[in-house]
Amino acid sequence: MKYHSVFDIIGPIMIGPSSSHTAGAARIGKAARSLFARQPKKAIITLYGSFAKTYKGHGTDVAIVGGILGFDTYDNRIVDSLVIAKDLGIEIQVIPSNEQSEHPNTARIYLEDEKGTLEIVGVSIGGGKVEIVEIQGFKIKVSGNQPSLIVFHEDRHGVIASVSTTLSKFEINIGYMEVARKEKGSIAMMVIETDQRITREVLNELESLKAVRQVALLKTS
Amino acid sequence: MKFTSIEQLVELAETQGKKISDIMIESEMETHERSKEEIFEQMRMSLQVMNAAIEKGLKEQVRSRSGLSGGDGRKLATYIEKGQFLSGDTILEAVSKAIATSEVNASMGTIVATPTAGSVGILPGTIFATAKKLNSSEESMVYALFTAGAIGLVIANNAFISGAAGGCQAEIGSATAMAAAAIVEMAGGTPTQAANALGIALKNMLGLTCDPVAGLVEVPCVKRNAMGAANAMIAADMALAGIKSVIPPDEVIETMYRIGCAMPMPLKETALGGLATTPTAKKLEKKIFGKPLHE
Repeated sequence: MKYHSVFDIIGPIMIGPSSSHTAGAARIGKAARSLFARQPKKAIITLYGSFAKTYKGHGTDVAIVGGILGFDTYDNRIVDSLVIAKDLGIEIQVIPSNEQSEHPNTARIYLEDEKGTLEIVGVSIGGGKVEIVEIQGFKIKVSGNQPSLIVFHEDRHGVIASVSTTLSKFEINIGYMEVARKEKGSIAMMVIETDQRITREVLNELESLKAVRQVALLKTS
Repeated sequence: MKFTSIEQLVELAETQGKKISDIMIESEMETHERSKEEIFEQMRMSLQVMNAAIEKGLKEQVRSRSGLSGGDGRKLATYIEKGQFLSGDTILEAVSKAIATSEVNASMGTIVATPTAGSVGILPGTIFATAKKLNSSEESMVYALFTAGAIGLVIANNAFISGAAGGCQAEIGSATAMAAAAIVEMAGGTPTQAANALGIALKNMLGLTCDPVAGLVEVPCVKRNAMGAANAMIAADMALAGIKSVIPPDEVIETMYRIGCAMPMPLKETALGGLATTPTAKKLEKKIFGKPLHE
């Protein structure tokens, strides 16, 4: 089941005109921002399917940039996000693509600054609900019903165990988990959905673990 | 969640002598470990945002950026005041409020997606008009939103609620079905009657294409919100009169899913078919964007 809460249907409270193209788009942008965890210098936004065809009138680009700036779906500043981004010195590129995507409303967001880069692919499935289907080239499947913990780590033995031990120490229960890697022994990624809230303290402790490169929280609502 | 079909939802409610909204609230409390008060308050806030959008749409000169929509909700409200109308006053009240909300959405105003922004006017329009007619409390309107949400959850998980996925039947159709069931509950109807209302309402929206002119949520969306609201009111009255949906609601939802899957891509929010490709639509596209949407 893709929709779990009555507020997925009655909601979100948002700036019009389209829940897929505006609210959903803003949430994909905000998901990227939550993972990047800082203000980027540059953003390249590639739009597919219906996003690519109709983004201008719906303000899909405006909404995604609003999300990248950290705005919520109901934030009035979304309307002026392109101007705000320019004033902040963020370079924005929007590329409508003719390439076929699995879902009609798909966006690829690439963020960059001097410290690093991030690339995610998100789809807007309707009513403001979104799914993140790819992070840094890793294909993933998360429900997006709660914040997901994303852990980038070296692909070697014991790392998964040390992460789950740390979570258990903080009495955090894992509801869903997946591990993705591109090739054996290279960089891998864990996606963990938990029943309890993840605090900054937990993130710091996870980040200090051996072979863990980066830890972040992915928020899609 | 406690239910995945309309049949289950109605059975849960009827066997326990509860309303559909009660089942939705209980399910939400259980799934998300939240208190009833907290959930109720969040929904009450949504109702207030809906109310503000209706007021804005009816009182202010709302205009979209493209210039394609705005001012029609107000026009209809003025027409109602003159008292010389053909259909009923509650229906027209629902329609004017639906248009007003939809116009506020098109102007990038603040709204609550129900279930989407494209279908934003139907639920507030019908709920506020029904409340005026029946002199309902705010509480009863909030409960109605939970009922609508329960129906929407079943539709979203068994079919779709976005025009890009299933055509306009998935947006205006779902919203109409949700509204029909919600106002039946407000009028004191049974869960079975609410289910029949949603079945009747959704059947009349099957096959509806999503063909927005210039790709914008304005033409024909605003007027389809008006018709969705009227359709929901009629379906609710029919169900309250004891009329049944011959095809059970779950089968109607499943039918919508099959039709949506069979619908070609140009009719699913791409502005590549339907009304979006009429000569007038093409002219409007050029006027708004300086060039055609698809080259």
